[in-house]
Amino acid sequence: MLFTSYEFLGFILILFVLYYLIPTKFQWPLLLAASYVFYFLADPFYLIYILTTTVTVYFLGCRIERYREEQSGYLKDHKEELSREEKKAYKSGIKKRQWRLLLLGLLINLGILAVVKYTNFAIANVNFVLHCFGSSREFGLVDLVLPMGISFYTFQALGYIIDVYRGTVKAQKNPFQFALFVSFFPQLVQGPISRYQDLSETLFGGHKFHAETVCFGLERILWGFFKKLVIADRILVGVNTIVRNPEEYGGAYVLAGMLFYALELYADFTGGIDITIGVAQVLGITVTENFNRPYFSKSIKEYWRRWHITMGTWFTDYIFYPISVCKPMLKFSRFAREHFGEAIGKRMPVYLSSFAVWLATGIWHGASWNFVVWGLGNWVVIMISQELEPLYKKFHEWAGRRFGREIGENVLFRCFQVIRTILLMSVLRTFDCYRDVPLTFRMLGSAVRGGNWQIFWDGSLLGLGLDMADYGILAAGLVLLLVVSLLQRSGSVREKIARRPYPVRFMIWYGLFLAVLLMGAYGIGYDASQFIYNQF
Amino acid sequence: MEDLLEILRDLHPEVDFESCETLIDDKILDSFDIVSIIAEVNDQFEVTISAEHIIPENFNSARALYELIQRLEDED
Repeated sequence: MLFTSYEFLGFILILFVLYYLIPTKFQWPLLLAASYVFYFLADPFYLIYILTTTVTVYFLGCRIERYREEQSGYLKDHKEELSREEKKAYKSGIKKRQWRLLLLGLLINLGILAVVKYTNFAIANVNFVLHCFGSSREFGLVDLVLPMGISFYTFQALGYIIDVYRGTVKAQKNPFQFALFVSFFPQLVQGPISRYQDLSETLFGGHKFHAETVCFGLERILWGFFKKLVIADRILVGVNTIVRNPEEYGGAYVLAGMLFYALELYADFTGGIDITIGVAQVLGITVTENFNRPYFSKSIKEYWRRWHITMGTWFTDYIFYPISVCKPMLKFSRFAREHFGEAIGKRMPVYLSSFAVWLATGIWHGASWNFVVWGLGNWVVIMISQELEPLYKKFHEWAGRRFGREIGENVLFRCFQVIRTILLMSVLRTFDCYRDVPLTFRMLGSAVRGGNWQIFWDGSLLGLGLDMADYGILAAGLVLLLVVSLLQRSGSVREKIARRPYPVRFMIWYGLFLAVLLMGAYGIGYDASQFIYNQF
Repeated sequence: MEDLLEILRDLHPEVDFESCETLIDDKILDSFDIVSIIAEVNDQFEVTISAEHIIPENFNSARALYELIQRLEDED
């Protein structure tokens, strides 16, 4: 069931009405039932996967917690008789047992993810290697179902069990509440990847109907539909024309495709998240924000703090830190300092761990070399900018002396930084678009050579399946996105709207509703496209 | 405490670590800084700060970090 389908609208409408009609203590069981119905309607077969993750992580989490309780009870009871060393040895024994359970949970669930998502990628690579060595043997690809949102709910569940192991959250003892945490339907399509301590605060409690909260949620849903249907699905036609016909659309078209894709991906992904957060808000549930106006970032590092925030923090907390501060890494860093000098040794943990993070980020996004290169491309750019930081500092000091003020406060310079970041990200994202890595490099080379820059003014862009009306709507949509983003700097736009008189509020809602209805990319035989992040 | 302040000042000479209590909340320290600090602290203080200790409450101020180090020293 797509978010942008009549079935989904009917589904959430029935749910909203039922949710506020039943006693509040039955609200979370209703959400659990609704989530499983939602998943069942997508494909009954998917339930096997999500149930496996739910059951394994639930039981392992409870067992890890029980070890912790046993430990505190034992230490309390034997406080006087145990020596410091004995206490330490006991704690270390418990930690080892907890670690084994955590490892089991990680292996089972990452194993499922790896099998369903990466088996064919591995087979294709094995076949390629065999072919390179002159073998005629070829393994056949397997027909595996990739359950909807598996990367999102698996990561959410694994984040939970790691937190239980670390002791930052207590294990959820109620299996049904835990099942709801894993399967909460608005998040199943494309995240965000919520943390248990955040989502559980509002997920299981009762919620009385609160007109303003419901209104804010509905506004957010409408805004999400606007981004998805009016902007993303419209510009998608142009992106597809360019990237699916690389022989025909080279040079400046590649640059146009990059910029179109930057807009499409933003509108698609943030639009989907708006719908997710909006649906949750109507239900009185707070879901973590996943974006913070990312296209205003002045560097790639900052961009990744503001784009797909929950994925970034997940990778930082559960991959980057554990690798970079683990004992072997710190030992290696010491070794590198002694043998290769202080500067290299100090950088080692950061560089190696972020390499692992970006490799994982790339693979997480998709089972193809395109995503691996995309991930490592991000790593290279971030590391280069990290290395160039002293140079930037010197430049800023020089510019400060030269112009008498901090250049970072200059609007033009900030615009330059923002545009540079958007362009850099757009270049890296080209790897998302074309069918393989060599072709992507060829098309990037073709963009650098250019040669057909006139396409931007001679009407050639009208031949991409988009007419003047489409470009007009896209331009208006882009201006609206920009205005809303600028208004967000001084606080919630919906709160600003709420302070206006009713006729003004009504005009805004009605205008947006009409825009979605009349300017959404529909038409006879048109089916709203799947969200891009749904496939991850 | 003075040793810890020296480690922090080496990394960000422009920050007043004695008074700042929002090092993480205000994004003054990023993940790369935290890893560098942990490597230095583990060396100088002979304690093991592991990934599970990396939460904003432990890194928002020099004082909080110092208290974490003392807690870990006591545990050892």
